[in-house]
Amino acid sequence: MIEAKGIAKSYQNHQALKALDLSISEGSIFGLLGPNGAGKTTFIRILNQIIAPDEGAIFLQGEKLQPSHIAQIGYLPEERGLYPKMKIGEQLLYLAQLKGLSKSLATKRIHFWLERFELKDRSQAKIEELSKGLAQKVQFIASVIHEPKLLILDEPFTGFDPVNTEHIKQEILRLNEEGATIIFSTHRMESVEELCENIVLINQGEKLIEGPLSKVKNDFRSGYYQVISKAAWAEASAWSATLLKRKDSLFQYRLKAKESQVPQLLDSLKESGLVNFEVEVPSLNEIFIQSTSTHV
Amino acid sequence: MSKLGLIIKREFLTRVRKPSFIVLTLLAPVLMAVLLFLPAYLATLPGDEKTITVFDESILMDLRERGNDEIKLRYLNPKEINFEQAKAVSESNGDYAFLHIPLSDGGDPDFISRNIRIFREGDLSVGVEQYLERNLEKHLQKEKLKYEGVDPEILARTRTKVNLRVINTEIGIEAENSTVLKMGIGYVAAFTIYLFIFIYGSQVMRGVIEEKTNRIMELMISSIKPFELMMGKIIGIGALALLQFVIWIGLGALIFMLFSSLFIDPSLSNPTAVGTDQIAALQDSTSFQIYRSLQTVNWWELLLSFLFYFLSGYLLYGALFAAIGSAVDKEADSQQFIFPITIPLIISLLVLVRALDNPDGSIATWMSMIPLTSPLVMMARIPFGVPGWQLALSMGLMVLCFIFFVWLAAKIYRIGVLMYGKKPTFKELYRWTRFKN
Repeated sequence: MIEAKGIAKSYQNHQALKALDLSISEGSIFGLLGPNGAGKTTFIRILNQIIAPDEGAIFLQGEKLQPSHIAQIGYLPEERGLYPKMKIGEQLLYLAQLKGLSKSLATKRIHFWLERFELKDRSQAKIEELSKGLAQKVQFIASVIHEPKLLILDEPFTGFDPVNTEHIKQEILRLNEEGATIIFSTHRMESVEELCENIVLINQGEKLIEGPLSKVKNDFRSGYYQVISKAAWAEASAWSATLLKRKDSLFQYRLKAKESQVPQLLDSLKESGLVNFEVEVPSLNEIFIQSTSTHV
Repeated sequence: MSKLGLIIKREFLTRVRKPSFIVLTLLAPVLMAVLLFLPAYLATLPGDEKTITVFDESILMDLRERGNDEIKLRYLNPKEINFEQAKAVSESNGDYAFLHIPLSDGGDPDFISRNIRIFREGDLSVGVEQYLERNLEKHLQKEKLKYEGVDPEILARTRTKVNLRVINTEIGIEAENSTVLKMGIGYVAAFTIYLFIFIYGSQVMRGVIEEKTNRIMELMISSIKPFELMMGKIIGIGALALLQFVIWIGLGALIFMLFSSLFIDPSLSNPTAVGTDQIAALQDSTSFQIYRSLQTVNWWELLLSFLFYFLSGYLLYGALFAAIGSAVDKEADSQQFIFPITIPLIISLLVLVRALDNPDGSIATWMSMIPLTSPLVMMARIPFGVPGWQLALSMGLMVLCFIFFVWLAAKIYRIGVLMYGKKPTFKELYRWTRFKN
């Protein structure tokens, strides 16, 4: 769906993106991760053609990115805002028409979305009369009203309570099922783990990690295992395992071992009555902190 | 509808529906009319009558003189009563004031003039003071002429008034001198442009700042080009300005006709005020004069030039105001940038006065060529007639300058709208114009 090749962008005295290559496959939910100032917003703005890269090019379904693609892209910026004095219906109609929708089609879609978000009877209300959460919903509608093939969500869950976060999450998944490719930029790693199939982690304008989420996690395995046995493990000291906890006659150990040693390890544990064997997998949060801090 | 059209439509409609716009548009001409006609109307109302008792021992004043609408003069005979009695009579009648003209020994007018006194409890109104002074001066002058042996009758007979007959060689006919009328037209046209540039230019700026502070900018420019957004706003608000102007002209004309038929005509044709034959002559000559004056103005040239300078001036300054709006986060920060662009406008206003007085002078000519000042200064010159090549050059330069400033503003705008936080310096603004994209 999207091929970014050698994207570089400099501002006055710093380089926001350094020859970034990215590939996002069609119909996926793609996590664009990175600490503040990593270059995420710059990349998103280049995708939206708000700014142009100094070097490199982006291809959307094989075509070089051009103004006509705007109608296929939906964007929920991190900086939320609407015209406070405009009525909800009016505002959505205006934004939809700017994305190239006809008035009649836009009206139909607005009707559908307002109903979906239980805002139907408030279409005549002005934005300034709404609560922050409701205004955010209107903003979300504005970014999807033209049924974009590519939906870019920059921190989509900020400002939502848990109930509405779940609601929006379901909508994102539904849109993805209907075929939309979704780029999801966030700091909130738990939502990435829930939604994304592929991720890229960038820092200081460079790509640090890329790939399917499961593979990334696997790559970051520390080589530690946690085991629980019924009896005390005789060879614990031989494997240089540490006893973490002893509870209700169950023993929990933590040890480091090579993958090739695992069969041998299992044999040794069997005699002590193995109950549970677990590979320690780091959370995305840990991977994020670990990789960005070592990079610095 | 094109995206630019959508922006223009929104900018126009959201503002035209505002109650403040409707009220201002409809009320301003009424207020103006009230301001113009109220003093005239009030003047026709009878004021409080002020009776002044005159005790004229020198028999200086003319007894037939009875004062005016406001002032009533009442004379006491100095042969029957003395000063003290006269003063007491005035006080017991509750008169406004008591005027005493003393007797001079040798009939010396200078002695009299030095010793005329007026008595009043409290302050004397300026109108009364002026009226009496003028009157007394007239009579004293007469006395002095007599004293010097000149017959006042001869003086009155020899008084002559000269009316220059101005022949405008350009149009080849004898026309009444229409300079004052042309100055008026030039001033009103230029000042209107100045006013609209300021009012609507700052509306453009405020609109841009609002979009920034409401954080809607990023969403907007992901749908349309910053240039379209900027131009849409400028054109939409410009259409609003034009609409307001047309309504004001229409309403103004209507109100003028209404008021003048109500208040001006009856007082003019009132036969008791002046002799009937005199008023007929006056009406004839003034209407004829205005008619002939109006003939010497090229109305089509005036109207088309006004529209041109009105629109191009607004677009040029509007683009600059938009650029300023994009560069700052709040209106308070805009002052530093507004100041430089108001300088040419202020200079225009100063030169305007000279241009009206001397439309073909070198300052007026130069300033009507320079695009930043030409909208105002050229409009002041046009009623007097401007050579075709000068008008063409001025307009050509204006168009070039307008294109340049819109281009420059767009360069600042597209960077500025994404910048938050620190207020930029002029140096940074210059650097923004150099950014590739």
